[in-house]
Amino acid sequence: MPQQFVLDFERPIVEMERKIIELRTIGEGSRINVEEETQKLSKKLKRMIRDTYSKLSPWERVQVARHPQRPYTLDYINGFITDFVELRGDRRFRDDKSIVAGLGRFEGRFTVACIGHQKGRGTRENIERNFGMPHPEGYRKALRVMKLAEKFGFPVITFVDTPGAYPGIGGEERGQSEAIALNLYEMSRLRVPIVVCITGEGGSGGALALSVGDRLLMQENAIYAVISPEGCASILWRTAEKAPQAAEAMKVTAKDLMELGIIDEIVKEPLGGAHRDPDRAISIMKRAIRRNLKELMAKPVEQLLEERYQKLRGIGVYSESDT
Amino acid sequence: MPAEWFKKGVIGRIKSSKGKIPEGLWIRCENCKELVYKKEVERKGKVCPKCHYHFRISASERLEMLMDKESFVEHDANLSPLDPLKFKDSKRYTDRIKEMQKRTGVKDAVVCGEGTIGGYPVEIAVFEFGFMGGSMGSVVGEKVTRSIERSREKGIPLIIVSCSGGARMQESPLSLFQMAKTCAALARLSEAGVPYISLLADPTTGGVSASFSLLGDIILSEPKALIGFAGPRVIEDTIKQKLPEGFQRAEFLMEHGFIDMIVDRENLKPTMIKILSLFTTKEERKKDAAA
Repeated sequence: MPQQFVLDFERPIVEMERKIIELRTIGEGSRINVEEETQKLSKKLKRMIRDTYSKLSPWERVQVARHPQRPYTLDYINGFITDFVELRGDRRFRDDKSIVAGLGRFEGRFTVACIGHQKGRGTRENIERNFGMPHPEGYRKALRVMKLAEKFGFPVITFVDTPGAYPGIGGEERGQSEAIALNLYEMSRLRVPIVVCITGEGGSGGALALSVGDRLLMQENAIYAVISPEGCASILWRTAEKAPQAAEAMKVTAKDLMELGIIDEIVKEPLGGAHRDPDRAISIMKRAIRRNLKELMAKPVEQLLEERYQKLRGIGVYSESDT
Repeated sequence: MPAEWFKKGVIGRIKSSKGKIPEGLWIRCENCKELVYKKEVERKGKVCPKCHYHFRISASERLEMLMDKESFVEHDANLSPLDPLKFKDSKRYTDRIKEMQKRTGVKDAVVCGEGTIGGYPVEIAVFEFGFMGGSMGSVVGEKVTRSIERSREKGIPLIIVSCSGGARMQESPLSLFQMAKTCAALARLSEAGVPYISLLADPTTGGVSASFSLLGDIILSEPKALIGFAGPRVIEDTIKQKLPEGFQRAEFLMEHGFIDMIVDRENLKPTMIKILSLFTTKEERKKDAAA
């Protein structure tokens, strides 16, 4: 499938792909044997992709994490949740479409609650989804569904992919801070397993509000930061143009978060990123979730909660001297 | 301390453009820009006598104002930040830390400990805005969490006085997860049935407002304090319009149902005592009196 949206550093790759397709078309229409040539080019292409993706800069990874053809929450749900029933609204104010929540059966086997940020495809859907930037009612809907899951003993799977909570007048009036804080508080003690999948942009508190759980799985090209690289750059460097430096300084990658003891597992993506082969990305993610759910569901709830607490409790790097 | 905060510029700095002002006697209010007599400001608990603006105060000033004399014992003063990200913008984070420690006399942006207010024992954490805008990194998150845990173990009420711009960028993901860590500790405190009173001072925004600050059993605020998730400038840049007067101020939050009361600084201690007394039974009061 041709890629519709091409990142700058992917251009040579896409160019090569086009060449191979062209060559094949020529080969089909004539008696010229192009088999050898296409094979050579295909090998070269693979090497090219591997080289490019093995040395992505943090800023390039930010762009991969934001790629519009990357699988989103509903793609994962469609990929391995059967009988999905979407649940709407926070029962307080309204339904926030930038967060999707509902119940379904994991691989057709047992009921789980799925909750995740949802970005749109194309302008119209993006406006409807508010670019995956929730208001308080989105977080309250998420919490409502988590409480529902707790009540009936369903494990919770969350998908994290948001630029951040929406900074606007309505959100502040309705308590953006309180809504996020309450999710952190309640998720820390929710009496069912929670698997957190960081699938794209982990943007600040708006991402964190779905990121408290027993296992944090992060895709290899996903990012996570306290503020967007652009936001950080405009404060500390006084210009958003320094976003690449900010991305580097803030240690936004999965590898960084693993080293800092925040996430539990890096989930592989297909060669060239999840957007190049969404089906495979979804299937790899499914296997990681399955394995983690299996382990977590075998644990007594008190042990689960104690381990969840101790894990959060241990996050932080500081020195403690005697003097 | 009072002579120092003037020099440090913690409260309104004199703009000398308007003429000669005898240094140390008068200060200019940051809010109404009037010249006010410094002694009067101090007498009112660092509040402008003309416009009632509550000047930003240091953690030690807050503690002095709130705690019973000589009752405060500091905990965890020896926790100091490291630089796990090796963060550098125009300056190295390690240099910023050193500079801030020198300027404020504290190792990071929160002071925690135990003491009494009107005879009631409390565990208290007070933010030091002067230290990198009161921002929360690993040390702040750890100290606040330890305060919450101590409050739970000892069964004494918790007070957190927030005054912070939010999570600290220089420890990016670690800062962010301090929000989750402190909230998890609060959930346990709540299950143990220990009261938590949150006081919000100007400003309480970002990762601090979106975690423990707005989860108090009772939430108080100082007048006109800026309280919100996103900073006003970020919102204006996003929605491309000017924000209404009073937006994200304490009064606005009270109107929208997110805080319980706005307390003038001079009434703060009596109000705290009144609240603390409501969480204590007659028997406990008798026992305290006997002790």
